[in-house]
Amino acid sequence: MGLYIHIPFCKQACHYCNFHFTTSDRYQEQMVGAIVKELYLQKDYLEGRSLESIYFGGGTPSVLSEKYLADIMEAIYQWFTVEKDAEITLEANPDDLTEEKLRFLKDTGINRLSIGVQSFRAEDLSLMNRAHTREEAILSLDRAFEVGFQDISLDLIYGIPTSTDAHWLENMEMALRFPIHHLSAYALTIEPKTALAHFIRQGKYPPVDEAMATRQFEMLMDFAQAKGWEHYEISNFALAGKIARHNTAYWQGKAYLGIGPSAHSFNIQSRQWNIANNQTYMKEIEKGCVPAEKEFLDVVTRYNEYVMTGLRTKWGCSLGHIRAYGAGFETFFRKEMRAKIQEGLVVENGTTYTLTQKGKHFADKVASDLMMV
Amino acid sequence: MENIRNFCIIAHIDHGKSTLADRMLETTSTIGARDMQDQALDNMDLERERGITIKSHAIQMTHQKDGQTYVFNLIDTPGHVDFSYEVSRSIGACEGALLLVDAAQGIQAQTISNLYLAIEQDLEIIPIINKVDMPSAQVEDVTDQIVDLLGCDPSDILLASGKTGLGVPEILDAVVDRIPEPEGDPNEPLQAMIFDSVFNPYRGVIAYVRIFNGTLKKGDRVRFVNTGKDYVAEEIGFLKMDLVPQSMISAGDVGYVITGVKESKEIKVGDTITLSENPCSEVVKGFEDVKPMVFAGIYPIENEHFEDLRDSLEKLQLNDASLTFEPETSMALGFGFRCGFLGMLHLEIIQERLSREFDQEVITTVPNVSYFAYTTNGDKIDVHTPNDLPEPTKLDKVEEPYIRAAIITKPEYIGKILNLCIEKRGVMKNQNYLSTSRVELLFEMPLGEIVFDFYDRLKSISRGYASFDYHMIDFRASDLVKMDILLNSEPVDALSALVHRSKADYLGRKICKRLKELLPRKQFAIAIQASIGAKIIARETISALRKDVTAKCYGGDISRKRKLLEKQKKGKKKMRQIGNVDVPQKTFLQVLKFDD
Ligand SMILES: Nc1nc2c(ncn2[C@@H]2O[C@H](COP(=O)(O)OP(=O)(O)OP(=O)(O)O)[C@@H](O)[C@H]2O)c(=O)[nH]1
Ligand code: SF4
Ligand SMILES: [Mg+2]
Repeated sequence: MGLYIHIPFCKQACHYCNFHFTTSDRYQEQMVGAIVKELYLQKDYLEGRSLESIYFGGGTPSVLSEKYLADIMEAIYQWFTVEKDAEITLEANPDDLTEEKLRFLKDTGINRLSIGVQSFRAEDLSLMNRAHTREEAILSLDRAFEVGFQDISLDLIYGIPTSTDAHWLENMEMALRFPIHHLSAYALTIEPKTALAHFIRQGKYPPVDEAMATRQFEMLMDFAQAKGWEHYEISNFALAGKIARHNTAYWQGKAYLGIGPSAHSFNIQSRQWNIANNQTYMKEIEKGCVPAEKEFLDVVTRYNEYVMTGLRTKWGCSLGHIRAYGAGFETFFRKEMRAKIQEGLVVENGTTYTLTQKGKHFADKVASDLMMV
Repeated sequence: MENIRNFCIIAHIDHGKSTLADRMLETTSTIGARDMQDQALDNMDLERERGITIKSHAIQMTHQKDGQTYVFNLIDTPGHVDFSYEVSRSIGACEGALLLVDAAQGIQAQTISNLYLAIEQDLEIIPIINKVDMPSAQVEDVTDQIVDLLGCDPSDILLASGKTGLGVPEILDAVVDRIPEPEGDPNEPLQAMIFDSVFNPYRGVIAYVRIFNGTLKKGDRVRFVNTGKDYVAEEIGFLKMDLVPQSMISAGDVGYVITGVKESKEIKVGDTITLSENPCSEVVKGFEDVKPMVFAGIYPIENEHFEDLRDSLEKLQLNDASLTFEPETSMALGFGFRCGFLGMLHLEIIQERLSREFDQEVITTVPNVSYFAYTTNGDKIDVHTPNDLPEPTKLDKVEEPYIRAAIITKPEYIGKILNLCIEKRGVMKNQNYLSTSRVELLFEMPLGEIVFDFYDRLKSISRGYASFDYHMIDFRASDLVKMDILLNSEPVDALSALVHRSKADYLGRKICKRLKELLPRKQFAIAIQASIGAKIIARETISALRKDVTAKCYGGDISRKRKLLEKQKKGKKKMRQIGNVDVPQKTFLQVLKFDD
């Protein structure tokens, strides 16, 4: 089972970001108190099954001071059983990773870091309003390896309006100079109501060039293949066996518990999500209630989710799995799939169906067409 | 009979007719507190959801005054201009009308047009300023406007609020005192007029009647004068919240008659009912047939549902005789129906009812008004679709329908409204100041120019301070051309439109732009062109879709993303493939709506 902890604090707001966070650190103590309490309130959600992975996401969990992180860890170990070899990941921004912090993280039991480098170019970092510099990014990676972290994942963003294909290639090559085993690479997405969307509307930055983003995704796939990396999810690449266990569980439909404001939980029958408002979240938790909305998943919904998440991965969708939802699903799935195979978007391999390289550019369209509504 | 009062509530749209009716039903205990809901008479789902009245609703209640019991037959009417024929019919059953005017909005276009419908039928008018509870109520100013319009005394005007119930007892008393009792003789031969009919799947057609003379007993053999057919009055009664059967109803009454007729075509609203054995000598003056104003093709999304669609349209027509339809074919869309509507709202409502009540998803083509075309060899042709227009070489001339439009607004918007009307080929005929802050502008303009986006634009340029009413006047010669739209070089007949020659280039460009926004991108580029004959007058290109993939999809994204993709799939199911292009259901209706 997986446990996700949402830390809704960031040093400064990246211009493309629509995640749930605040740049104020006034109430960290109260928030950590609430998270610790929610861990207790939700301790039975996973029905006593042990944790195979823990993931600190956000926001930026690396802004948390040492004491607070230790408090949360303690509560986790108090109320849950954590497996010996559990994957315990923390998302970190380079500017937070001092040697002291890194050592502390390691001592607290974090055994995997996901470092938000995004780009090694100053111009890109400034467009995105990231809090770190190119030098800080390089330094933080070097330090993390020195301190003894072995599982390090690096985040990159491509399709940035101020960069070229050559820049993107440099960024990818730069990333692989470090002994990393995992890489997440995302196309820059202009979410509505973000600063970046506003600046583009104003004409301060050129709009995202779809053709460029497509090209750079293509470059990424070729690059990864040439280097022997496995493209195991649309935006995730790993060296042999080093896939992110926690995130993979999301795509494989395994149960997980999410703690903190805006965090989502899933237990096969239902999904629920905490309110995305820090003050209300803390107030309710103090009263002993978990302020969550809940949605029960009927069989059609479960099928739709399986198709959507499955297709994004190298494991694809398997007929055996689909048959389990009912005979009607298999007939429907096969019928809709035929057109996708003809269009060259999907390949059939025995009883599994996966996206082709071309299909990976259209994962949403393929998933949507395969959904039952 | 001296204790009966038959009256209707008339007003501009949204001035609070149905809400005030609620208060009257409450005060007279016609509906118990437990069953009360807002706009209780609006019993169609669509009426409740949209908050507007689409059909008139008749209801009987009783009121005590000075130790006497009075029977009131109240008819709540719709305010929207598409349904003004409903108002005319209701008026035919009444001796009086409550004319509501919103205290904040004052007299509006349908206030005036509905008032004249009532005055034409010699109805006693009780003017009421409604919504006086609103902070923005301007009772004095509105009083002046009403006094000016009706020539009444300010003391004749009642103040009311459908929200708080203020003034309702006074209104009920005024109905007794000011509205005349019905005339007529219960001993004369039966003379009853059908002012409305509804279709009930179990009981057949239920005719709502107003009896002017004579008496009707359950089981009587009756004759419908216009159709000449005889039936048995199987059930008769009064219209309360439910139908309340009676053994007889007589002169002055409003009630219903069930004869077992299953086809609503057999019963004509406006017809006179009399007794087969002792017929009346005169028929009551009926109503003119409602003529459709707007035509559009309706096609099933999937061709194989054509017969189901015919079935559904037939059933809808039972309830809504103003809908007309006949089969047509389109190169692009296959088999469908050319339907006639009273206006764009009516069209929207029919489309929605088809989806809701009959589970029929349909494509509605670009709407047009009807034209007359004269060929070189002297034939006159009804043009209901652009494809009906004869070849240019065989065409002598075309005539298009003209309306007289009344617009009521504040003086500061006159300039902008004038510009809009000139753009729409209108000519101003008159300008009346109703008060210093309110002016009525009268225009003559082509109907074809106002059906699509005129009202939306009027509201936006006047910041909502303009209301609009119109009626048909005549047909006038006009220089119209057929504009075709091509998608990837294939003409799409369902997108063709008849436009005035002087505006063809402009409209061609606008339509191509609009289509570029409306059509979903495909993995190949889509060329959109507008042409007149062989000449291309405008073009746009939709670039090829290169990617459609979400970058991040983790735990918290799954629900949201799934819902989005499900919604896309639902949308896609409502698209029609034309050639290799997907055309969404609403495209044809939106293509002629421009924002600026
Ligand atoms: N403040 C206030 N609002 C009112 C009053 N009467 C009606 N309303 C509101 O005005 C709106 C329109 O009310 P309706 O009663 O549906 O108006 P209508 O005249 O029947 O509308 P149509 O039948 O569509 O022409 C609703 O939102 C009512 O809640 C009133 O006396 N005071
Ligand atoms: S650090 Fe991460 S969560 Fe915070 S603003 Fe930047 S992208 Fe968003
Ligand atoms: Mg109403």
